[in-house]
Amino acid sequence: MKLRANALIGGVLIGAVLVVALIAALWTPYDPLAIDLMSKLKAPSAAHWLGTDEFGRDVASRAMAGAASSGFIALFTVVGAVLLGTVVGVLAGFVRGWTDRLLMAVNDALLAFPGILLALAVMVIIGASRVGLVIALTLAYAPSVVRVVRGTVLSLREKEYVEASRMIGNPEWVTMVRHVLPNCIAPVAVLATSMFGWVLLSESALSFLGLGVAPPAPTWGNMLSGARSYLESAVWLGLAPGLCIALTLLGINLAGDALRDRLDPRMP
Amino acid sequence: MLAYIARRVAMTLPTLLLVALAVFVLMRLIPGDPVLLMLGDSADATQLAEARRQLGLDQPLPLQFVHWLGQVLTGDFGNSISNSQPVLPLILERFQVSASIVLVAVLIAALIAVPAGLIAAWKQNQPLDVMIVGGATLLLSVPSFWLGLLLLLGFGMKLGWLPVVGYVPLTEDLGQGLLYIVLPIVTLALIETGVLTRMSRASAIEVLRLEYVTHARAKGSPESQVLLRHVLPNAFAPTLTLIGLVLGHLLGGIAVLETVFTLPGLGRLLVDAIFARDYPVVQGVLLFTALIYVVINLLVDLCYPLFDPRVAAQ
Repeated sequence: MKLRANALIGGVLIGAVLVVALIAALWTPYDPLAIDLMSKLKAPSAAHWLGTDEFGRDVASRAMAGAASSGFIALFTVVGAVLLGTVVGVLAGFVRGWTDRLLMAVNDALLAFPGILLALAVMVIIGASRVGLVIALTLAYAPSVVRVVRGTVLSLREKEYVEASRMIGNPEWVTMVRHVLPNCIAPVAVLATSMFGWVLLSESALSFLGLGVAPPAPTWGNMLSGARSYLESAVWLGLAPGLCIALTLLGINLAGDALRDRLDPRMP
Repeated sequence: MLAYIARRVAMTLPTLLLVALAVFVLMRLIPGDPVLLMLGDSADATQLAEARRQLGLDQPLPLQFVHWLGQVLTGDFGNSISNSQPVLPLILERFQVSASIVLVAVLIAALIAVPAGLIAAWKQNQPLDVMIVGGATLLLSVPSFWLGLLLLLGFGMKLGWLPVVGYVPLTEDLGQGLLYIVLPIVTLALIETGVLTRMSRASAIEVLRLEYVTHARAKGSPESQVLLRHVLPNAFAPTLTLIGLVLGHLLGGIAVLETVFTLPGLGRLLVDAIFARDYPVVQGVLLFTALIYVVINLLVDLCYPLFDPRVAAQ
């Protein structure tokens, strides 16, 4: 019962964000960048559902464009981190020996930095931009994928069916791709779901600090940062983007719980 | 036990060395010439070469690393470019602000979350559990900087109970100082309560299934004793690990919250230094935060045998 409710609410929330992001790629009620100083800081109305900001830009349109922007950054980052992390993790777990020791030493050192701090450091090097954000966040989050994949591979390589695959003369890479890799999917899927949430949060935090996507391009983080000066006079400016982030994260967390229950029945 | 401590401390050393190497490499990868940044555009070629020689930047990179590491080990983190002050005292001063907020917030969160998680696990899948887990998931999903802004709007601006901008050190005026850090602490505590409640519930559920819990119940121990004597100590060890992780992560991620509440903490120092291109400060803060993170994890591991003696025996 609880499991279904989690999956349902989570699915609906994530689905809504995806639909809005896709629509925003094609159409928004107003141009999210169009400045209209005659109608700045207007409260929500029929013409502007979520009001306008300090430059008279339509908040609803900007929130929609922000969904697309944040969604794509998070998607590319998670895909990148999973690919990079899986390759390194499988390599370390399967080859063992010095390769493993070296890779894991570097990985542990990277894990010694809180994710957002590592991303901050990388942003300093490549500069604030969308591509920079994806690279920085990928490098920041790949080490936790490496950890999980290597752990799974280490336990899998002792299994009988892996031994059997070697005995019938399959080359090592065939054993790895056909018998080891598919069994890593479940733990990685669970991790990737939570990671989607962390990345979204880190991205909005970096943009909020002014180190992410640069204005005027809207993301939920930099919209919230812009709203700080008008917190009291234009409450809607602070409410809309924050609510967007919170609802998306809630959806991801609920869906993540449902997925974990499904894939890993041992977990409570 | 002593062997365990020695082994665990020894395992930390290579990590620390690699962390230092990672920071060093990151800082060398930043495009642009640090000497040009220090002296400004007006400096001519001989001045630049002289400064480079003085800073040791004309030497091979491995030598530079060893030299830098030696300085760091003696507590010399270099000087800030923007005001020529030594970096380490600056970091320590700012660290006090961040650490006091983070420590108090996590303490409050743990005091709420551990019992809440235990009760939820005890009433697993009953209405009380669903409520606790739902509330925790909700708290977990709210970005700290948004919750901070909302609390600031409500208690600072609308109600006018608490100051909106600024900071007074606790050592200067305890009463005033507290007013400035109440909201950041409440914000952090609320969010971390969400994270820790879920973790403590999950580990309590695992423990509740074990045979010695069934045994304790079978021999007629009251439920309160089963929970407090048999479940709580064993469920607490994994939660403690998470508390350690949370502490470290918060020190890195607190920059956003310090921006919302205009607090002069470590995170704000880092972000300001990044904008000012003050690389010695950036380097120092990165290294310092990673060090703290490693040390916290070490301390957690060292506390582990207190809750689970098997760890030390392995």
